[in-house]
Amino acid sequence: MHPAIRIEGVTKRFGDLLALGGVDLEVAQGEFFGLLGPNGAGKTTLISALAGLVRPDVGRLAVMGHDVVADYRAARRLLGVVPQELVFDPFFSVREALRIQSGYFGIRDNEAWIDEILENLDLVDKAGTNMRQLSGGMKRRVLVAQALVHRPPVIVLDEPTAGVDVELRQALWAFIRRLNRDGHTIVLTTHYLEEAESLCGRIAMLKQGRIVALDTTANLLRRFSGHTLRLRLAPGTEPPESLRARLSGAVGGEQALALDNCEQIESVLADLREAGCRLVDIEIGKPDLEEVFVRVMERG
Amino acid sequence: MEGFRTLFYKEVLRFWKVGFQTVAAPVLTSLLFLLIFSHVLERHVQVYEGVSYTSFLVPGLVMMSVLQNAFANSSSSLIQSKVTGNIVFVLLPPISYREFFAAYVLASIVRGGVVGLGVLGMTLWFVDLDWRGPLWILGFAVLGGGIMGALGVIAGIWSDKFDQLAAFQNFIIMPLTFLSGVFYSIHSLPPFWQQVSHFNPVFYLIDGFRYGFFGTSDVPPLTSLAVAAGCLAALTLFTLWLLRIGYKLRA
Ligand SMILES: Nc1ncnc2c1ncn2[C@@H]1O[C@H](COP(=O)(O)OP(=O)(O)OP(=O)(O)O)[C@@H](O)[C@H]1O
Ligand SMILES: [Mg+2]
Repeated sequence: MHPAIRIEGVTKRFGDLLALGGVDLEVAQGEFFGLLGPNGAGKTTLISALAGLVRPDVGRLAVMGHDVVADYRAARRLLGVVPQELVFDPFFSVREALRIQSGYFGIRDNEAWIDEILENLDLVDKAGTNMRQLSGGMKRRVLVAQALVHRPPVIVLDEPTAGVDVELRQALWAFIRRLNRDGHTIVLTTHYLEEAESLCGRIAMLKQGRIVALDTTANLLRRFSGHTLRLRLAPGTEPPESLRARLSGAVGGEQALALDNCEQIESVLADLREAGCRLVDIEIGKPDLEEVFVRVMERG
Repeated sequence: MEGFRTLFYKEVLRFWKVGFQTVAAPVLTSLLFLLIFSHVLERHVQVYEGVSYTSFLVPGLVMMSVLQNAFANSSSSLIQSKVTGNIVFVLLPPISYREFFAAYVLASIVRGGVVGLGVLGMTLWFVDLDWRGPLWILGFAVLGGGIMGALGVIAGIWSDKFDQLAAFQNFIIMPLTFLSGVFYSIHSLPPFWQQVSHFNPVFYLIDGFRYGFFGTSDVPPLTSLAVAAGCLAALTLFTLWLLRIGYKLRA
C-alpha cells in the first residue's frame, strides 16, 4: 500500500531564502497528522509543493503513490487542500462555488454530497448567499467545503480554524474526525497546540524549512516534557536546600518543580515536611504540547 | 472534459453576471464612435465604390469590439483571480493546461461575439450592409476573438498588478487595433504607412472581416485568413508552453 503522502528530499528557495531545506516525510494512509512550526517555518510552502502550486527545486512528492508533477492529474484528484489565505470568488454564491469546484474535479451531479457538506459545516442557510456577504469565519468554512467536494482520500488543512468560532470549531473537528474514521488521511497545520495535541496521532515540527521533531504525539509528550508540580508555600517559609535548585520561577508566590515521573511527588512532599514547610496549595500539571513545542524550537 | 466544460461555463457566467459593464458598456462606446465619425466624415470620405463611409465603418467597429472585449475577458479574469488569490481554485483541480487554455480562450470568443453582435444589431438601425460572405464574417470573428483571447491569457499571466495589465492594453492592444484600418482603408495612407500596416495582424482581421460584408478588401481574403490562422497557431503554442511550465502561476 502506498503512503498517503511521500515527500523525498524537498528543497525550495525563494531567492536567497531557503524555505524548505531537504524535507523527508511520509504519512501513512488513515493517519491524522499534524504539521507544526512557527510563522515562516515552511508549512504552507510544503503543502503548496504537495498541491502543485509551488515547484520544488530538488526532491519529489507523491500522493498515494502518484507523483505530483509527472502524474499531476491523478495526484490532484486524490488531494483536497484548504488554503491558509481566506480566498473566495466574489461572483458566486456558496452553492454555485461548490458546484463549480465539483465540475473542476470532473463531477457533474454532486448535490447530495454538497448538501451533506453544507449540513456538517452549518452552512445550509447560507447556501444561496453571495460569497462577498459572508463573514470571515463563514468564508473559511466554505474553503473547507470546497476542499471536500471531490471526497479526496487525503485532506490537507492549512490553519482551518483561524478565525472560526468555538462552536463551529468543535463541529468542524467532529466532521474531520469522522472523515478520518472513514479512512481519509488528514494533515493539519495549526497554531492552536491543544487542538493538535487532542487530534493528531503523529506530529512533525518544522523550523526554518527543516523537520526538527517527528514522532507520535504521545512520544513527543513523554520525551520532552514531564509532569510539573506547582506549589504555594505558606508566607514566610523557605523551601529546603534539597529542593531549591530544582524549583523555578515564583510567579505570584507559586513555585514550579519539574518531575520526571509521578512517583517523585512522594519524596518532594517528604522533604517539605522535614523542613517544616506548610503548603497552602498544590497542583500537578500534565505535560502539554505547547511546552514540547517551546523546548523543541529552543533546542532545534 | 468536465473540467474544461465547467471552467468555460464559469468564465462565461462571470462576465454575464456583470453584463452591464461587460456587454452593454462596450456596445454603447462603439455606437458613440459610430455616431461621431459618421457624422463628421460621411460627406468627406469614400473608401470603396458605392459604399458609404458609415457602412464601411460598421464592420471595423464590430471587429474592434470583438477584439477588445475578447482580450478584456481572459486578461481581467486572470488578473483578478491572481490578485485576490482565488486562482488556487483552478490550480488545485486536475485541469490540464490544454483545458485551461481552451476554456479561457473560448469564453473570450463568446464575450467578443456577444458584444460584436450587440454592436452589429444596434447599427443595423442606421446603416444597410451587404452580407456577401457570412462564413468569412464568422470565421474572422472567431479567429480574432481567439487571437485576442490568447493574448489576454498571456497578459493576465504575465501581469502581477492591474497597472501592468493596463500598460499591456494601452501600449500593445490599443495601437494594434486603432492602427489597423478600422476608421480608414490603408490605401488612403502614404506608402510607408501602408507597408507598416502589413505587419499588423489586426489589419488582416479587419480587412478579411470587412470582405465578408462588401466583397472588396485591401488584400485578398485568403491571405488574411492565412495570416490570422498562423497568428492564432503561434500564440496558442506559446501560451500552452507558458501554462505547461507554470510561468508565474506555479512558483
Ligand atoms: N512566493 C513566495 N515568495 C517569496 N518568499 C516566500 C514565498 N512564499 C513563502 N515565502 C517565504 O518562505 C518562508 C516560509 O513561508 P511559509 O508560508 O511556508 O511559512 P508557514 O510555515 O506556512 O508560516 P505561517 O505559520 O505564518 O503560515 C517564509 O519566510 C516566507 O516569507
Ligand atoms: Mg502558512
